[in-house]
Amino acid sequence: MSATLTPQAGRVTRGTTATTPVESRWERLAPYGYVAPFYLLFAVFGLFPLLFTFVVALYDWNPIGERTFVGLDNFVRLGEDPRFWNALRNTFSIWVLSTVPQLVIALVLAQVLNKARLRFANFWRMSMLVPYITSVAATTIVFAQLFDRDYGLLNFFVGLLGFEHIDFKNTVLGSHVLIAVMVTWRWFGYTTLLYLASLQAVPRDLYEAANVDGAGEVQQFLHITLPSLRPVIVFTVITSTIGGLQIFTEPLLLQPTSGTTCGAERQCQTLSLFQFEQGFGVFNFGYGSAIGVALFAIIVVVALVNYLLSSRVGRRA
Amino acid sequence: MAQLVDAPDAAAPEGGRGGRRPQRLDRVPRSRQVGRVRWYTYAVLALAVLACLFPLYWMFVVASAGTEAAAEMPPRVVPGGRLLVVTQLVFDTIPFLRSLVNSLVVAGLIAVGQAFLCSLAGFAFAKLSFKGRDPLFLLLVLTMTVPASLSVIPQYMIIAQLGWVDTLQALVVPGLVSAFGIFWMRQHISATIDDQLLQAARVDGCGSWQIFTRIAFPIVRPAAFVLGLLGFVNAWNDFLWPFIVLKSPEVYTAQIAIKALQSNLTVDLGLAMAGSFLVTIPLLVLFVFFGRQMVSGIMDGAFKG
Repeated sequence: MSATLTPQAGRVTRGTTATTPVESRWERLAPYGYVAPFYLLFAVFGLFPLLFTFVVALYDWNPIGERTFVGLDNFVRLGEDPRFWNALRNTFSIWVLSTVPQLVIALVLAQVLNKARLRFANFWRMSMLVPYITSVAATTIVFAQLFDRDYGLLNFFVGLLGFEHIDFKNTVLGSHVLIAVMVTWRWFGYTTLLYLASLQAVPRDLYEAANVDGAGEVQQFLHITLPSLRPVIVFTVITSTIGGLQIFTEPLLLQPTSGTTCGAERQCQTLSLFQFEQGFGVFNFGYGSAIGVALFAIIVVVALVNYLLSSRVGRRA
Repeated sequence: MAQLVDAPDAAAPEGGRGGRRPQRLDRVPRSRQVGRVRWYTYAVLALAVLACLFPLYWMFVVASAGTEAAAEMPPRVVPGGRLLVVTQLVFDTIPFLRSLVNSLVVAGLIAVGQAFLCSLAGFAFAKLSFKGRDPLFLLLVLTMTVPASLSVIPQYMIIAQLGWVDTLQALVVPGLVSAFGIFWMRQHISATIDDQLLQAARVDGCGSWQIFTRIAFPIVRPAAFVLGLLGFVNAWNDFLWPFIVLKSPEVYTAQIAIKALQSNLTVDLGLAMAGSFLVTIPLLVLFVFFGRQMVSGIMDGAFKG
């Protein structure tokens, strides 16, 4: 009795809602379809290449497809390669020279732009985003010319003041400063807008109360602006670190005559450019990938240091 | 315009008067000055704006003054009248028009792809419930911290396997959707679209696809537009990846074309400058029309405190 009823009951249920289960199954699967394009593309062009970098780094691998397993040889070679240490030094030097002034300038400008009665607020904000929409390639070409030893505008003024022209392109410090100026120019406006957005979330009463209490601009900056911007400052330090470790186009285009070394003495070759030189200049995929792995390790270390520092600062505050 | 004219007088006397008042040291007037903007504030801003705009202006000066202008001493600061001649020279030296079209196609497709696909995925993360949603989203956020350029060699190998070396799809396909864009659209959709509205549509028998296309997307279209715009700018300006996968001048994007112009450096200093100017102009035009939206888009996307 029950044996015959049960299947029948089941059939009835299925019958009455004939369309809904099909639809709801479709509905249940649909969200995965909506998010799938990202994960698919990331798997193919992001995750797999990242993991495969570690594999290729263990081989002597050239683009024609010849490969020999060499274990950790590429890394041993890397450790003994003065070009690698040179590129590492250059990368860090350019990163520090570009990040610190950029964040300081952005902090000051954000504080200034946050004033309630500022006129032409939109004009100031928009102008500061103009460098961001200028390509790195165009930026490099213009700044290389502005800072040119013989015909640059900057050196014209240096000459007027009676000093000797500065050779930015061909000296170590000069080329680093020049690249840092380019990076700072392109990004300080963008960073300013991020800080400004954060500042606008700070209640104005806080500033007004400080005003009433007689706190000056500098004190307001130190005691209200800085603490309330801490999360976004940490965020921009991390993003500018990740960006700074990948600087490539500036050193490539700064010295167009010396290929991928950024000068005869490799005075401004960054890690990213060194990786390109090894991978696509001399077609040593294995060694190039080892540089990629080194970059990855550096980024992990820097992220950890960042995290530790920012949580320590957070606890103290 | 009226605003432009009266501003300096309005700002300066206030600052000046405040400075000369004898009771300046008193706390009372100071408290009345809350939010008052002094002249030096404008001086700082003007300096920053000058720094932002001068390099572009100077690019125009050299591009319009003819090719020898880059090697003049003292350097030129006034534009010349030879912009068309120099432009012609750029187009004669390399297939520049082709490069501009390539850039337009790549950046356009990426802009449309990001605006749509990021909105769709953002909608799913913000408004639909499905198993594994939260871990999937966490994974997405984590992917943003992995810099792409460290694995360019395997990326190139994949493109080679697909037979896409020297083609534009090598640039378009990987850029069609981004973690940042999804994250951004999710925030936006959570904040602007009321759950009850979607519930009502569901009761009326709408599936999630219809809810997205007929209700959610039209509402967030302005944000999706800004996202597409930022995607366009980034794709237009991209250098490293196109430089790796594009080999022949017919497929060069505009940025790579500048590099090709620059390689003629021995011949002509000013030519690369003119190329840079021509490559920047389309974005400046876009910016004149939509810069305001981009500014508010970037500020909305920033997380606040």
